[in-house]
Amino acid sequence: MGGLSSCFIVLILLLLIADLSFTSTDEFLAALRKPEIRAAFRLTLGTCTAAAVMSVWVATPLGYLLSRFRFPGRRLIDTLVDIPVILPPLVLGLSLLILFHQPFPFSGLFVDTPPEKLAEVAGGLQQKPGWILDEWLRNTVGFPVTYRWPAVVLAQFAVACAFAVRTMKVTFDQINPRAEDVARTLGCSRGSAFLQVALPQASRGMIAAGTIAWARALGEFGPILVFAGATRFRTEVLSTTVFLELSVGQLDAAVAVSLLMVAMAVFVLLILRWLGADLSS
Amino acid sequence: MIEASAISIQAGQYQLREISFRIESGQYAVMMGRTGIGKTTILEAICGLRKVSSGVIRINGQDVTRWTPAERQLGYMPQDLALFPTMTVHRNIEFALRVRRQPAAQRKRRVEELAGLLRIEHLLERSTEALSGGEAQRVALARALAGTQTAILLDEPISALDRQTRLESQQLLKDINRQTGVTFLHITHNEEEADALADVRLLLEQDPTTGLIGIRDA
Repeated sequence: MGGLSSCFIVLILLLLIADLSFTSTDEFLAALRKPEIRAAFRLTLGTCTAAAVMSVWVATPLGYLLSRFRFPGRRLIDTLVDIPVILPPLVLGLSLLILFHQPFPFSGLFVDTPPEKLAEVAGGLQQKPGWILDEWLRNTVGFPVTYRWPAVVLAQFAVACAFAVRTMKVTFDQINPRAEDVARTLGCSRGSAFLQVALPQASRGMIAAGTIAWARALGEFGPILVFAGATRFRTEVLSTTVFLELSVGQLDAAVAVSLLMVAMAVFVLLILRWLGADLSS
Repeated sequence: MIEASAISIQAGQYQLREISFRIESGQYAVMMGRTGIGKTTILEAICGLRKVSSGVIRINGQDVTRWTPAERQLGYMPQDLALFPTMTVHRNIEFALRVRRQPAAQRKRRVEELAGLLRIEHLLERSTEALSGGEAQRVALARALAGTQTAILLDEPISALDRQTRLESQQLLKDINRQTGVTFLHITHNEEEADALADVRLLLEQDPTTGLIGIRDA
């Protein structure tokens, strides 16, 4: 049994050793000095942090709702939360792309379409008229999303948030709901009992959820490639860097970036372990 | 005064029907009954944490059946005490006064008064996680008293304590009831505890023929 279990550990170690032996310190540093890789590193840090913050922001009330309340549709919501986790990454990216570029059903009834556009539709040159989310964000709000950095954040958030919700639900499951009941008898509304009593107790869970979301966002690749593209200095994050370097035969740079990502992941795992040990004590 | 008139409570498959009782102001009432019969459910309904499907709950003659727990202003002390672990003892006691936006000087005076009454002045700056069972029970009682002038509802508050501490706590509860004039409704399984504390006893029991659960004065 011990031998069988050790196979997996040995495999992970061999993978790391293989990566390390493939590159030298000089090659590693040379790769990290490339301006495009430095830009990807900065974008990765920024988008992962934004996705993690958004995930915790959304996951905290949602985790609390799923943990504390029994309501119609709760099981459905609980299942929906897991869909980004089980969905193939490319499918998730494709779904995001469709969501942003497909006219909303029946929205054509409420949108004024110029006659020349209607003619193009009839001639098969244009999509059906209707309200399109990406067009609205670009033209009305002035905040284009697709194939820009916000698309990277959204693709990362879609998956990372699912993990954060799970973490926050478990966190609230472990907090005694009686304390919130007592707070309500002492003058709090439900919302204020959540803010004043439950939330301070969940602070370590929130840090753990944020860390998991950050780590998850770091490893995201498929949805980013489809929804944000892989444009250098624009939507390139470290996971796409590995892909781009590999595609042009720059194996040294790909391995160097991979090792950098391993180091970042290990750092996050150490934080999680420390938080876990602190929580259990 | 706490009065329940024909209240019915539905909790999943479990149902309590047309329960009635009355506790006069300042009385110490003890509610007894076998495990799982619904004592905690009744307590939760009185403090507003559980909805009643029919009937009326009155506090000092006022119908509070549809009021929120915050509006009822009753002190509640659950079996596990549920102290707020991220706050000090002082902040726990002060909680209701802060929520109700009482001025700082008034809050300070009330916390000192309650700490003196319950002999916990030396614990005020401690974390709740560093308290013994008896200390935690007194802090929970002080916190509940800070939130009410009317009634305290206690769900087996001293059942987990050792005999000596339990006897001390019994005396303390009785003393506070007499000194403050606050009405107490206390759930217990312990006959000795009931003998020592009860001005009035409420026995929750199931009719063997009809299966209905009712309350009678014991």
